[in-house]
Amino acid sequence: MVENRPVLTFLTHAVLILGVAIVIFPVYIAFIASTHGPGTFLRGVAPMLPGEHMVENYSRMLAAGHSTSGAPPLWLMLINSTWMAIIITVGKISISIISAYAIVYFKFPFRTLCFWIIFVTLMLPVEVRIIPTFAVVANLGLLNSYVGLTLPLIASATATFLFRQFFLTVPDELMEAARVDGAGPIKFFKDILLPLSRTNIAALSVILFIYGWVQYLWPLLITTDTRYYTIVMGIKRLAAYADQEPQWNLVMAAVMLAMLPPVLVVIFMQRLFVKGLVETEK
Amino acid sequence: MQTKRTIFPNKALPYLLLAPQLAITIIFFIWPAGQAVKSSFEREDPFGFRTTFIWFQNYTRLFTDPAYLNSFGRTMIFAVAVTLLSMAIALLLAAAVNRLMRSGKLYTTLLVWPYAVAPVVAGILWWFMFNPSIGIITYVLSQLGVTWNHRVSGLDAMILITIAAAWKQISYNFLFFLAGMQSVPASLNEAAAIDGAGPFKRFWTIVFPLLSPTTFFLLIININYTMFDTFGIVDGTTSGGPAQATNILVYKVYADGFLGLNIGSSAAQSVILMLIVIGLVFVQFRFVERRVQY
Amino acid sequence: MARIELTGVTKVYPGNVEAIKNLNLSIADGELVVLVGPSGCGKSTLLRMIAGLETITDGTIEIGDTVVNKLEPADRDIAMVFQNYALYPHMSVRGNLEYGLKNRGTPKAEIAERVNEAARILEIEPFLERKPRQLSGGQRQRVAMGRAIVRKPKAFLFDEPLSNLDAKLRSHMRVEIRRLQRTLGTTSVYVTHDQLEAMTLADKLVVMNGGLIEQVGKPLEIYSDPQSLFVAAFMGSPGMNLIEIEQLQALGASLPDMVPANTGTIGIRPEDIVLGDAGPEHISLPGTLDAIELVGSESLVYGRADGLNKELIVRAPGIHLGEPGNRITFSIPKAALHCFDRDTGRKRVATANAA
Repeated sequence: MVENRPVLTFLTHAVLILGVAIVIFPVYIAFIASTHGPGTFLRGVAPMLPGEHMVENYSRMLAAGHSTSGAPPLWLMLINSTWMAIIITVGKISISIISAYAIVYFKFPFRTLCFWIIFVTLMLPVEVRIIPTFAVVANLGLLNSYVGLTLPLIASATATFLFRQFFLTVPDELMEAARVDGAGPIKFFKDILLPLSRTNIAALSVILFIYGWVQYLWPLLITTDTRYYTIVMGIKRLAAYADQEPQWNLVMAAVMLAMLPPVLVVIFMQRLFVKGLVETEK
Repeated sequence: MQTKRTIFPNKALPYLLLAPQLAITIIFFIWPAGQAVKSSFEREDPFGFRTTFIWFQNYTRLFTDPAYLNSFGRTMIFAVAVTLLSMAIALLLAAAVNRLMRSGKLYTTLLVWPYAVAPVVAGILWWFMFNPSIGIITYVLSQLGVTWNHRVSGLDAMILITIAAAWKQISYNFLFFLAGMQSVPASLNEAAAIDGAGPFKRFWTIVFPLLSPTTFFLLIININYTMFDTFGIVDGTTSGGPAQATNILVYKVYADGFLGLNIGSSAAQSVILMLIVIGLVFVQFRFVERRVQY
Repeated sequence: MARIELTGVTKVYPGNVEAIKNLNLSIADGELVVLVGPSGCGKSTLLRMIAGLETITDGTIEIGDTVVNKLEPADRDIAMVFQNYALYPHMSVRGNLEYGLKNRGTPKAEIAERVNEAARILEIEPFLERKPRQLSGGQRQRVAMGRAIVRKPKAFLFDEPLSNLDAKLRSHMRVEIRRLQRTLGTTSVYVTHDQLEAMTLADKLVVMNGGLIEQVGKPLEIYSDPQSLFVAAFMGSPGMNLIEIEQLQALGASLPDMVPANTGTIGIRPEDIVLGDAGPEHISLPGTLDAIELVGSESLVYGRADGLNKELIVRAPGIHLGEPGNRITFSIPKAALHCFDRDTGRKRVATANAA
C-alpha cells in the first residue's frame, strides 16, 4: 500500500530492535560469561564484554566435562542428545505416517477406535503421568538405555493428524490410477505417497528434532548412568553446582553448546520450521 | 470418519500399520494413566507391603490441603501472567514486522529461534541474569534501589520464572500472529484506508478482530504450555521455592511422587492434571471446528 | 481386445441405496460405448465397477470371457483415463507412462519402445522428461491418454476425460480420441454428461437414469426415436417439447388418428415445429412470443401457446425477428409427433387401428 509515514516506520523499527534486543540479550550475556576465566565471577557483576578464555572453556567442557559436579564430557552428552533427537524424529514420523496411511486408505473394524486411542495421547503429556510411566519403563528394564529414552516418546497424535490431513488432500484418483497401474498398498505408499509427503516430512522433522532435543524431565528420570546423559538434562547438574562455587564460565559454555544445535536448525531451515510449526498445530 | 472413495481391500495390513503406534500408546500412555487413576484411589502403607482402597480420600485430602490449593492458585497466576505477557509482546512484534516488506524477514529470523531453546536452558539464562550476587539485572535493580533475591522472595521467584517462560514463548506466538496477519486480505486494509482509517485504527478495527481465531487458539496453547511444559524452567531455577512460592502443579506431582514418595497423593494430582488437559484439548478442538467456518 | 458383458449387475451402497439396478449390457469387441445421463444416474459407478474400483453387489461383469468380479483393477487388464488425469505429480511424463508397465514386469526394452510409440502417436515426445505441473491442460490430457495406451489393455475406460478442458480444446480432443480409438480398435467405455460428446463419439449410446438403462442404441436412433419421456427430454439441446395430451384435447386441437390409446404426453423436437400456419398436416396452436435467442445460424424462439401451461421452444433456421408479446402460431407437424404412455412414460407406437 502506498503510505508514507516516516514516524511510524521509525517507531516500527524501534519496537523491533528493542524486541530483538530483549530476545537476544540473555544469550549474549551467557556467551560473554562463557569467554571469561573463573576469577571474573568472584566479585561484582557478570561481565558485558568478551574475555579471553573462550577456547579454553569450551574445549575443557567438551573434552573433560566437569568432574566435581559429576558431569561427563560434553561431547558425549551432545552425541546422546543428537541420537535421542534423531531417533525420536525418525520414530515419530515412521509410526505416524503408517498409522495415518492405515486410517485414510483402509476400512476395517475398530478403525474409529484406533483413531481415538491415538488421539488420547494428546491428553496425556508425560509430565502428568510421570510416575506410573517411569514404573513401566523400569519394569521393562529400559532405564539407562536409548530405547528407554526414546521409545515412550515416539507415539504422536499431532504427526498422525498432520499426515492424515495431508493424505485427505491427495486426490482419490491418484490411488485409483496406481491400482489400475498394478500397484498394491505397499507399492503405492512407497512409490507415490511417500515421495509426495517429502515436504511435510521435512517440515515435521525440524519440529520433532527440536522436540527431541529439548526433552528434560524424561531423561532426568530415565538416566542415572552418566553414559546416557543428554546435554539438556546435564545442564541442570552443572548449574546447581555453579551456584555454590562460581564457575559460571564453564556452565555458560555448556548452556551455549546445549542451545546451539537446535537454534541453528531453526535459523537455517526457517522456511521448513515455520511450515512445520504452523501446520502441525492446526 | 473420512477415508478415500476407494480403499485397499487388505484385511490384516491396516492393523499391522497401526500396531507400532497403538502398542506404544497403550504401553506407555494408556496403561500408566490407568495406573495413576487406580493408585489415586489407594493408600500404600509406608513400607509398601499393603495397599488399601480408600475411595476419594486422596482427592478430598488434596482439596483440603492448603499446600495444594496454594499450588493451584500459583499455577493460575503463572499461567495468566505468562500468557498475557508473551502474547502481548508477540502481537506487538508481529504487527511491526507485518508493516515491513524486506527487512521483515531479517527480524523474523532474529525473533523465532528461542523456540528451539529448552525450557530448562531458558530458565538458567534468566536465572544467571537475576543471580543475587553477580546477575546483571540484579545489579541494575540495586542501582535503582530495588533489592532482588528470588531465593528469599516468593514474588521475585515468581517474576523470574514468568519472565523466563514468557521469553521462550514469544517466538511461537509471534509466528502464529504473523501468519494470521498475513492471511488478512490486503484489500480489507486498503478499503479501510480509503475509508479514512489510519494505521492504528485499522489494526484495532480490522486486523485484530480478524485475528480472534488465532488469538483464542494461542490462548489455549499458552495456558497448556505454561501448565505443563515449564517443568524445566522451575526445576532449573527455583525448584518450587522459596517456601513453595513457585511450586506449580506439574512440579508438585513430581516432587510429591519422586522426592516425597507419596504415591497416592501424587497419583490423585496426576488425575486432576489429566482432567485439565482433557478440558483444554476439548476446548481447542471445539474451537478448531469453528475456525474452519470463519 | 475383448468384449465386455454385464449381466444383472447391481450396486447397493451401505444404507440400502441402490445405485445400479439389475443392469444388462453387451459391449462388442472394438466398440466405443458412451454412457450418458444426468449426475447421480449411476454412469460413473458403473464404469468404476468395470474398472474394479467399486465392488459389485450382484451380477457378473465379464471382460473378454473372464468373469472379473473378484479381480483387482490391475488384473482386469483395463486402463482408465480420469477426469482430473491423476498423473503422478512427482514423476516425469516418461515415469508416468512407464509406471504401469514396470509394475507388470515388462522388459526394459519393450517399455522404452512402447513409451516412445505412445509419445509419437500422441505427439508428446517433446515433454517426456517434464513433470506434469509444467504441462498445459491439453498436454496433461494427452499424457493421461498415453498412460492408457502404452499398456495395450483389453479395454479403455474414460471417466469424463474432457470436462476439465476449455470448449475449443474439448472439441479438438474429442475428434482425436475418436480417431485414436478407431486406429487402435480397443473396446472402450466412455462416461460423460455432455450430450454433444455422447452423440459424436459413440458407436453405441447408453442413456442411463436412476441406476437403470433407459435406452441403448446408435446415437441418431436415440435422438430421432427416443423410447421414453426421460430420453426425449434429456437428449438434444434444448430437449424435446412435451405437451400433456389433455391440454391439447381441451383446446379442441385436431389430434391425428394414429395417436395410440393411453397416450399421456406427446413430444415434438424444437426443430420440427414450424412458425406460422402450415396446413392441414399440422396441429395449429396460436400463442404469444416470449423471447428470441439469436445464435446466428439459427434462432431459438420461446413462446407460450394459448391454453398450455408450458413454454414451447422452437428452433427456427436463420434469423427470426420478433418482439415479446407478438402473436405467433406454432404449427406442429403430425408426422413428427412422439407419443408416450400415460402410465409408464414409454414410447407408444402408432398402429393403424388405434383410436
